[in-house]
Amino acid sequence: MNTVIETRDLVKHYGRHAAVDGLDLTVEKGEVFGLLGPNGAGKTTTILLLLGLTEPTSGAVRVIGLDPLRNPLEVKRRVGYLPDQIGFYDNLTARENLLYTARLTGLSTAEANTLIGEALDRVRLTHAADRRVGTFSRGMRQRLGLAEVLIKRAEIAILDEPTSGLDPQSTQELLELIVELGREGITIVLSSHLLSMVQTICNRVALFNRGRIGLMGRVADLTSDVLGGTHVVEVEAGDVDLRAALDGAPHITGVTEQRPGFWRVDADADARPEIARRVVAAGGLLRTMSIRHTTLDEVYVRFFEEDKIHAAA
Amino acid sequence: MPQREGSPFTGLATVALKEAADHMTSARIHLVMLLVLLTAIGAVYAAIGQISQTVSEDQFLFLRLLTTAQEPLPSFVAFLGFLLPLVAIALGFDAINGEYNRRTMSRILSQPIYRDALLTGKFLGCLLVIAQCLLVLWLLVIGLGILLLGLPPSGEEILRGLAFLLASFVYAGVWLGVAMVFSTIFRSPATSALATLTVWLLFTIFWPMLSPLIAGAVVPVDPFDPMTAVNQVEVQRAIARISPNTLFGEMTLAILNPETRSLGIVFANQLSQAVIGAPLPVSQSLMLIWPQLCCMIAALLVLFTGAYVSFQRQEIRA
Repeated sequence: MNTVIETRDLVKHYGRHAAVDGLDLTVEKGEVFGLLGPNGAGKTTTILLLLGLTEPTSGAVRVIGLDPLRNPLEVKRRVGYLPDQIGFYDNLTARENLLYTARLTGLSTAEANTLIGEALDRVRLTHAADRRVGTFSRGMRQRLGLAEVLIKRAEIAILDEPTSGLDPQSTQELLELIVELGREGITIVLSSHLLSMVQTICNRVALFNRGRIGLMGRVADLTSDVLGGTHVVEVEAGDVDLRAALDGAPHITGVTEQRPGFWRVDADADARPEIARRVVAAGGLLRTMSIRHTTLDEVYVRFFEEDKIHAAA
Repeated sequence: MPQREGSPFTGLATVALKEAADHMTSARIHLVMLLVLLTAIGAVYAAIGQISQTVSEDQFLFLRLLTTAQEPLPSFVAFLGFLLPLVAIALGFDAINGEYNRRTMSRILSQPIYRDALLTGKFLGCLLVIAQCLLVLWLLVIGLGILLLGLPPSGEEILRGLAFLLASFVYAGVWLGVAMVFSTIFRSPATSALATLTVWLLFTIFWPMLSPLIAGAVVPVDPFDPMTAVNQVEVQRAIARISPNTLFGEMTLAILNPETRSLGIVFANQLSQAVIGAPLPVSQSLMLIWPQLCCMIAALLVLFTGAYVSFQRQEIRA
């Protein structure tokens, strides 16, 4: 009952090219939801459709129970948006930029000033409040954009590629801020092409490919569904056929030889002792073995590779 | 299409005031206005020099201030006709595409306002700046006149001066409209600035040469039929009046020279019984320029509508 964003069979054509091609999406209240996929997969178009900034060719969108085409002002009042490569008026200060958008939101100058002070404090930009935005770094601009979402006191924050082009430290800071917002009960929809970076903060993700959602669900479920495992063990071993050696072993869901002597084993638990035992038992030389969690990148590559093979066949 | 809810004017005043404030503080407008002020004051100063040497009686000394030219300087009115479009173009050429280039468009439109408010607000903001500049210029000229001529303007001169102010405002508005249309069509501000300047050059320099040529080709004169010559002049005037500069020139002529009785050709028999050189009352002069003024306002509205339609159909994503 707490669905805040819902799309049904959403289609958007640019000329003959379908940017979004039959999208069914639901986002629950309080979730951190990730729209993931490569550039050009239809993430930004989806976001513009959610905000009513572009009209769908067909299909329906509901945001907080409202149609963004019919009631765009109400939707835009309650939804904050951080665009990809956000721009500000460079000749104005951070405070003046925020004041302008706050006035557009309908706040009085006095109210806006209080909220701007608080928001700048939260994104740690108070020291730069009266500097021209032209002098800001990429990370500061991004944080300023987040301050704008805060001032709006939005129920839903839609962030388009919030971390693109940021250095690792700024990325970490921004992700922490986003997680903090999520904890306060704001529903967050964020898009990214850096799958592994956002998998840590998203409750659920949707993987986009060519205007469609290929997969949607919790990160752990996706990795186990597609790859059959949540862990990857990389094994370097000689004089052994690992595939035969691991046949029938528990927890093992897949074995692939990446190059002679190097194997990748997918597992749904830490299967290193079992692998070591079997390699040695088969008379092989075990050289190295390392384990890590499966990343969404691997899910993506695997899933859409299969998709391509199906499409070709 | 379902009906949209909410007023399209939400945020209009905020956008307009912000635009006006931006322009007031921008170096670009300061430079253009400095140019306008200097030339205007120069022209008026020269006119005052010319006027103070005249000894003949004149009922409309103050209006002469605006229309008198002293070589090599053209008159104040001629300067305005030339420079006002530049002011308007400087204000408007990057109105919409500038937002795309700064990547502020999607951020602004994700605020609870309609696109209408952004475009109309920008237009009103620029008009506000133009109105302010013109008013300052006008007061400055009158002040100079009072100081240097030592005469207060008469009530009729003030009325005619106000009508002239309105005409200049509408004229600048038309050029602002042209600049706005190009700023929505072209994504690059350099292209839209060049396109607008091209139109400006076409109408300012080439149109007066082109209109007789076109008229000559369309309606050739038959030496045995004098009416064809009249026809050609009529056609030529009609073509010339496509240019806002022509319309502005005619308006200022009729308002600031009260003796002007007609803006077209006049036959000798139409002048029988007329006292040549007697001024028309203000109301009659206004009647004379009414069609020109209406045409300019219509052109302004058509241009704004063009910009509006093109902007509404645009995709927001950069």
